[in-house]
Amino acid sequence: MEATRFAFGKEILEIAKTHDDFVVCNADTKACGIEAMAELFPTRSFSIGIAEQNLINVSAGLAASGYKVFACTFAVFLTMRCCEQVRNFVCHTNLNVTLVGTHTGLQVGEDGATHAAVEDVAIMGAMPNMTIIQPADAVAARAIAHAAHKFVGPLYVRLHRNPSPVIYGESYKFEVGKATVVRNDGDDVALISSGIMLQKALDAADALKAKGIRARVIDMSTLKPLDEAAVLAAAKATNAVVTIEDHSTIGGLGAAVAQVLSQQYPCFLKCIGIPDVYGESGPSEILYAKYHMDVPSIVAASEKLVAKKSLPALV
Amino acid sequence: MMEDFRKLDVPALKDMARTIRTDIVKMVHAAGSGHPGGSLSATDIATALYFNVMNIRPEQPHWEDRDRFVLSKGHCCPVLYACLGRRGYFDVAELNTLRKFGSKLQGHPDMHKCPGVEMSAGTLGNGLGCAVGMALAGRLQDKAYKIFVLLGDGECQEGSVWEAAMCGSHHKLTNLIAIVDVNRLQILDTTAKVMNVAPLADKWRSFGWKVLEINGHDMGQVVATLDYAKVIDGPVVILADTVKGKGISFMENVVKWHGAAPSDKELELAIKEIEGVAA
Repeated sequence: MEATRFAFGKEILEIAKTHDDFVVCNADTKACGIEAMAELFPTRSFSIGIAEQNLINVSAGLAASGYKVFACTFAVFLTMRCCEQVRNFVCHTNLNVTLVGTHTGLQVGEDGATHAAVEDVAIMGAMPNMTIIQPADAVAARAIAHAAHKFVGPLYVRLHRNPSPVIYGESYKFEVGKATVVRNDGDDVALISSGIMLQKALDAADALKAKGIRARVIDMSTLKPLDEAAVLAAAKATNAVVTIEDHSTIGGLGAAVAQVLSQQYPCFLKCIGIPDVYGESGPSEILYAKYHMDVPSIVAASEKLVAKKSLPALV
Repeated sequence: MMEDFRKLDVPALKDMARTIRTDIVKMVHAAGSGHPGGSLSATDIATALYFNVMNIRPEQPHWEDRDRFVLSKGHCCPVLYACLGRRGYFDVAELNTLRKFGSKLQGHPDMHKCPGVEMSAGTLGNGLGCAVGMALAGRLQDKAYKIFVLLGDGECQEGSVWEAAMCGSHHKLTNLIAIVDVNRLQILDTTAKVMNVAPLADKWRSFGWKVLEINGHDMGQVVATLDYAKVIDGPVVILADTVKGKGISFMENVVKWHGAAPSDKELELAIKEIEGVAA
């Protein structure tokens, strides 16, 4: 078990040892461990304080002067408190700023609604020029740290707070805009997840296999631009797609997949995620169960979808 | 040729400021919309920067050692465009394309469309923070260039201005020079009535900035103060006492001219007035 935020942050610190082409801006949060730049490389780390609008504007100024900038804080602040600055001074200007947003989805648990970023992907995704990526585990987070360092342009990296299972082996390769087929048991149903929900999708695939339903599991690590080819291939093979995300079903993975499928390959679809509500205090697993995002719910939704396939088509 | 550019002296700067003012009213007239009032109040400051104070190479807009100018109050881009055009960043004939489809002179400045624009702008309260970032970068790169950033006094109502002000002094940015165009008017009324920003000098001083106060239309004082700000350790802010709509009697201190285009007749009157003013 390892938190994606720390895996990402520590890897950026590793990259900093051999690359001086980037700087880090912090806003007084212990977000992802990247704050340690201040001790390791003090000239390349800037403390901006509790001032998110300025965090983004300063980052834009540094980027306009030739630096790659990592701006880090909790996602709920980074994508909303300074939303206008991200739009006008990072995205419209198309500057080389990576926004590192941590504490996403319902995993903030006890901190409650104000700290649970459940609509951040919808907000960031609506901005032209923005790319959004989200690692499924610590291995992917480390690979994404290297990809983010090489990336040029506005980028939002979405990270989770709590330790989560390590899924990938060290041979994992990340490519911006490319989904990973993590498992392929067959053509009954395709489970497309993003971020740490991958483990639940894999557990659901196990449970479905025991029930005789063959699932394939796809990790959509890039949320924007969406890997449409991977979505269409999964839909054409299975005719039944389940999306699973730790984000509102409005404007996230499910909505993006629905937009592709409804226009290019209509098929059976179920979007699992947070309904149109805010988070609340409580252990994340209880919250996931409350919103039917836990493994039994994914299994049940998948079974229902597969059953629909055998019904006569409505004319 | 730009290589032959010589800094304009004060009488020549005054002449250039008249040319810039004429450009501003013509541009906004041709566009049918825009913001003449705050462009005219900032004209003498911008003219001094572009034609004397700043170390720039219009033929090399991205020359790495150039001084940077950030127009934080982006709606006043007519004055910026006129200065850039007259300084040779692009053909002055393009000035009459302001706000038109396909123009590099967008309604608010776009750094990727218009050469010489260091940072896009439009939403208020953001330029100072961007300038702080540029100043940090300049120091990190061990460069001698200065960052100039022009704000409005109404703009100082934005909280983000004070986030950036705090940051500029916290990081001891000796290369950062802010100028506030204190013309005392905003869209609805005077700043005193809409949301009092006074006392600005005390506010900036308490945020850790060196404060210089000048008459923003006394060209000799403007140039001397900008030069002085370059040699002292910043962050320094110049509070420039100005008149919104300066140079055109019917626009001076009239709230309406924040964002309105002159009619044909008003344009004619405006040009006559500007040209009639003796040096």
